[in-house]
Amino acid sequence: MARTIIPFGPQHPVLPEPLHLKLVCEDEIVKEAIPALGYVHRGLEKLAEIRDFNQMIQIVERVCGICSMVHSLCYCQGIEEMMGVEVPERAKYLRTVWSELHRMHSHLLWLGLFADAFGFESLFMQFWRIRERIMDLNEATTGSRVIVSVNVVGGVRQDLTPEQCSWILTEVAQAEKEINSIQATMLEDYTVCKRTKGVATLTKEQAYELGAAGPMLRASGVSQDMRQLKYAAFHKIDFEPVVEYDGDCYARAKVRFREAQQSVDLVRAAISGMPQGDIAVPVKGNPEGEVITRVEQPRGECMYYMKGNGTKFLERVRIRTPTFANVPPLIAFMPGLELADVPVAVLSIDPCISCTER
Amino acid sequence: MKEVTLDAVVGEASKMKSDGQRLVALSCTQLDADNFDIIYTFDKELVLTNYRVTVPKGTNCPSISGVIFAALLVENEIQDQFGIMFDGLVLDFGRTLYLDEEITTIPMCNNAKAMTVKK
Repeated sequence: MARTIIPFGPQHPVLPEPLHLKLVCEDEIVKEAIPALGYVHRGLEKLAEIRDFNQMIQIVERVCGICSMVHSLCYCQGIEEMMGVEVPERAKYLRTVWSELHRMHSHLLWLGLFADAFGFESLFMQFWRIRERIMDLNEATTGSRVIVSVNVVGGVRQDLTPEQCSWILTEVAQAEKEINSIQATMLEDYTVCKRTKGVATLTKEQAYELGAAGPMLRASGVSQDMRQLKYAAFHKIDFEPVVEYDGDCYARAKVRFREAQQSVDLVRAAISGMPQGDIAVPVKGNPEGEVITRVEQPRGECMYYMKGNGTKFLERVRIRTPTFANVPPLIAFMPGLELADVPVAVLSIDPCISCTER
Repeated sequence: MKEVTLDAVVGEASKMKSDGQRLVALSCTQLDADNFDIIYTFDKELVLTNYRVTVPKGTNCPSISGVIFAALLVENEIQDQFGIMFDGLVLDFGRTLYLDEEITTIPMCNNAKAMTVKK
């Protein structure tokens, strides 16, 4: 049997993320996949030595544009914990609204890219058309479409007016209606099912042992979501993780699809429960001590380890992103795949190499 | 946070795995010119358990990737960024996970010095 090594990426028509995989194939079957990283490493963790802890908020937002709001949320929560800062209740709700809007636009972006990976271009454009509603909301309420820069240590820098809240509710309701209108196409279409069901399967035990995170973990039947930690306003909002059990590409798509729908409900709940009051408190002093904090990014569990020494510069900021956690499972499920399924399988982990390399 | 010795690192990882803990991360920090600190973070039902090991400069650390496969990427990352070498890595990029072979400095060490890429 012919044994070939096929280089996949870092520049590839179906994979904009600069991940390189050496695919060892026998005929059309992948026998081994060895990843190579380092094409876009930016050394952002190192910048903690020369940027003070407030400036680092803007740095961590640039770890990943798509998850920017959630990165800064995790970072600010960690600093607040170190400094004993109690964030106003309204700020917690505002953080929840924007982080769920981020989840929606990230999932819609991914669902579009995923459809594109198996050649369903019109579905790709439908998802991205719906996503534009969320991007418009971001732009109108924060001034930016992607890197929204609303978090500060002690709260948020922007408030929502009653008119903006009402407009957000109208827009997410419309987005929900449009998402529901393509549910049958995404989840029941013959082509979609044929290309995704039974592909790149990860059992519950494998997903857990290999450290999978986020939708990848939940698609394999593990009911774990960092929002269960009740950060931000999740201590007041009912929340149940979306779980699927098949562990294949289809299950991962289904989890993200259902989470996009769930985010609409969470935005509604956050806006309806939002109390009046301050949106930030003044913060004095410098962080000291060690803290580990976690939040649920659209791609999964994100963990920050931070160490402060009482100066304005942190001694260490270590960022464990979800794609980083999902690379070992990727290596594990690649053997046995058909070559034609590789793009779909790789995209199913929602790879963000920008996050992975920081 | 529990402190463990270098010799006990793999044993602790095995215990964690047997206890049904999931590896979240390894976080390395340079303590001073001669020592590094690695925190092993595990999760079970949303509760984190950590243990810490101090690694003197120039000392190799035993890899836990033989016990927990998921550790291979982060251990390779620490090799690249801090110059700490791991013995028994299941997939060893030899300090070239992120860096090219011609790079001769250790990025996350303040007293960076020339290094040799392991072939």
